Amino acid sequence: MVLVSFTPLLLVTGLILEQYNRSYREKVHAHLGELVERHSQNIDAFLTEQLNLLRFFVDSHPFGQFRDESFLELKLAQLQLQFGGVFEDLGVVDDQGIQVDYAGPYKLLRAHYTDAEWFKKALEQPYFISDVFLGLRGTPHFIIAVRQEYMGRTWIMRATINFVAFNNLVENLRIGKTGFAFIVNKSEEFQTKPPAGYIPRQDHYSRFRNDENGEKKSIRIVEETDETGRDHIYVGAFLKKGDWLLIYQQDSADAYRDLNHARRIALLIIFMGGLAIITKAIFMSRRMVARIALADREKNLMNRQIIETGKLAAIGELAAGIAHEINNPVAIMMEKAGWIQDLLEESDTQQIDNRKEIDSSLEEIKNQSRRCKVITHKLLSFARKADFNPQPVQLNDLLNEVIGLSEQRVKYTGVTIDKNFSENLPPVEASPTEMQQVFLNIINNALDAMDKKGGNITITTRNIKKRITVEVADTGPGMPAANVDKIFEPFFTTKPVGKGTGLGLSICYGIIKKLGGDIDVESELGKGTTFFIHIPVTNTAQKSVTTDKEGIIK
Amino acid sequence: MNTAHVLLVDDEPVFADVISKRLTKRGVNVITAFSGDEALEILAQNKLEVVILDVKMPKMDGIETLAQIKKRFPLVEVIMLTAHATIDTAIEGMKLGAFDYLMKPCELQELIGKVEKAAARKREQEGKIMEAQAWKKRKAMIDR
Repeated sequence: MVLVSFTPLLLVTGLILEQYNRSYREKVHAHLGELVERHSQNIDAFLTEQLNLLRFFVDSHPFGQFRDESFLELKLAQLQLQFGGVFEDLGVVDDQGIQVDYAGPYKLLRAHYTDAEWFKKALEQPYFISDVFLGLRGTPHFIIAVRQEYMGRTWIMRATINFVAFNNLVENLRIGKTGFAFIVNKSEEFQTKPPAGYIPRQDHYSRFRNDENGEKKSIRIVEETDETGRDHIYVGAFLKKGDWLLIYQQDSADAYRDLNHARRIALLIIFMGGLAIITKAIFMSRRMVARIALADREKNLMNRQIIETGKLAAIGELAAGIAHEINNPVAIMMEKAGWIQDLLEESDTQQIDNRKEIDSSLEEIKNQSRRCKVITHKLLSFARKADFNPQPVQLNDLLNEVIGLSEQRVKYTGVTIDKNFSENLPPVEASPTEMQQVFLNIINNALDAMDKKGGNITITTRNIKKRITVEVADTGPGMPAANVDKIFEPFFTTKPVGKGTGLGLSICYGIIKKLGGDIDVESELGKGTTFFIHIPVTNTAQKSVTTDKEGIIK
Repeated sequence: MNTAHVLLVDDEPVFADVISKRLTKRGVNVITAFSGDEALEILAQNKLEVVILDVKMPKMDGIETLAQIKKRFPLVEVIMLTAHATIDTAIEGMKLGAFDYLMKPCELQELIGKVEKAAARKREQEGKIMEAQAWKKRKAMIDR
């Protein structure tokens, strides 16, 4: 059950989460890619701008003028004024690598650049932008160089770009808490200042370079786990025609913060939902088990009831058979006695001794035969009613019948039965046999209760608000409240072992409840017990008031 | 009052015997039969008015016998004698044309009363038929 409930939940949530995950990742990648691309373009533009500026500056003046140091200083001041502090210094280097002219804060006149990497490269190209290096001044910087032919010699105009200004350009690229950017060159050297505490890895450039195999895409995004086990997202963009690589790095956790947040919420919801499902499942299965147990108990009781009623029907049939067989001999006995009387009357035997005694004995034989007849007829009527189909039943008549059946016991226990019947009761729709069983049971219980001392049973019928109430009140010893509560429970009995099954009243309860009626009991110790049986009057029963008069014994 | 001619049918000879004796003593002309077949035979041979018929009999039971009697001797009146359990059959008998029914054991006076009523009815019926026949005869003569 739990599995069945969970499978769709997990499937759907997993699917949605996966979809969301992917689209969110794509979105983050696209966002970062765009950002890095824009920045790389900015940086490229910045470099190109500085280069163009220097080329324009060189082209717009005859080269001879630059040999004048004061002119150079003037121009530097102009440039710095115009473009902020981007240009740090200006210098003219001859083809031997000696800086022949210089304007700037450092004392670099006559400096030898013969062996400097940038100088060698600058000589080969009309213009050149170097990597960042410490150089002679000992601080990181890079150089823009423009080659120029003048007076048959090759000259190089070089300008130093303020590292701080350039660095800011890259450092501005900061997103979230852990996002930062830096630039490396082909030999994995930092071209900008990495943030404090950053452990550099030596394969950025080569990695991105390798990845780029055949692909023209300018932006590459890689996600990797580093040695410390943290996930990082790397965005790389090549600058300076592939010389430099701009790398933006951010912790995945940071980049996907919203995603992770959403995932946590989803997991929480699944967890809570799961908890609810499990609780519900446990609760429901408990209830189901309880219900099954109840149904089982009811079934048991029902089986008992069926057995009991079956037994009753069997006894009824047996009684009917016996009664029927007895009727014939009784009839013969009665007729024979009558015949003797006839003969005695006919013959002149008045003088026979004890004639009176003979006459009274014959009369008594006839009386006793009639008594037998009454008993057998009662038995027969009881058996004949072994009918469990509901039909209109006149409760007063039925009660009379039941009282008739218990007449013998009533006589021997010294109990009197008072009838207090309400006239013109509407019939109720019920099985006569079951009704008989109910009242016989209750009257028998009352008789049992008064077995030793005798007493009185009052049976009252009333018609109140479409319900017929039958009250059976005895003047027996009553019972304690604890027993009153349990009296309708199956197998509850106060009778000695073997005397009672404890089923009688529970069966009565079942029968009355089945009719939509009610049965309850009031009892007071020392005063007696009263049973109240309420049976609803149904409309169908009321319509067919014409009761079967044949069925009633006169 | 004229003597009623009665056939008493009961499978128990002792019962049939004693009832027959008592009825005879009270001026009823009684013949007894101990089975349905015998009853039909006797009816064919004798001119009888009322049949007292026990419902529960071996072989041919009371209801079957009644049907036969009503078929062959429609004017003969039948009183059913039943034990209580077969009250339904008694009702069925009434539907088949029995005059009345009585429950065993019964009071003799009650039985005699019913026999007399049945005989009276039979005679009345016969009287009516005779009248009708006489009228028919007269009419035929006039017509001629």
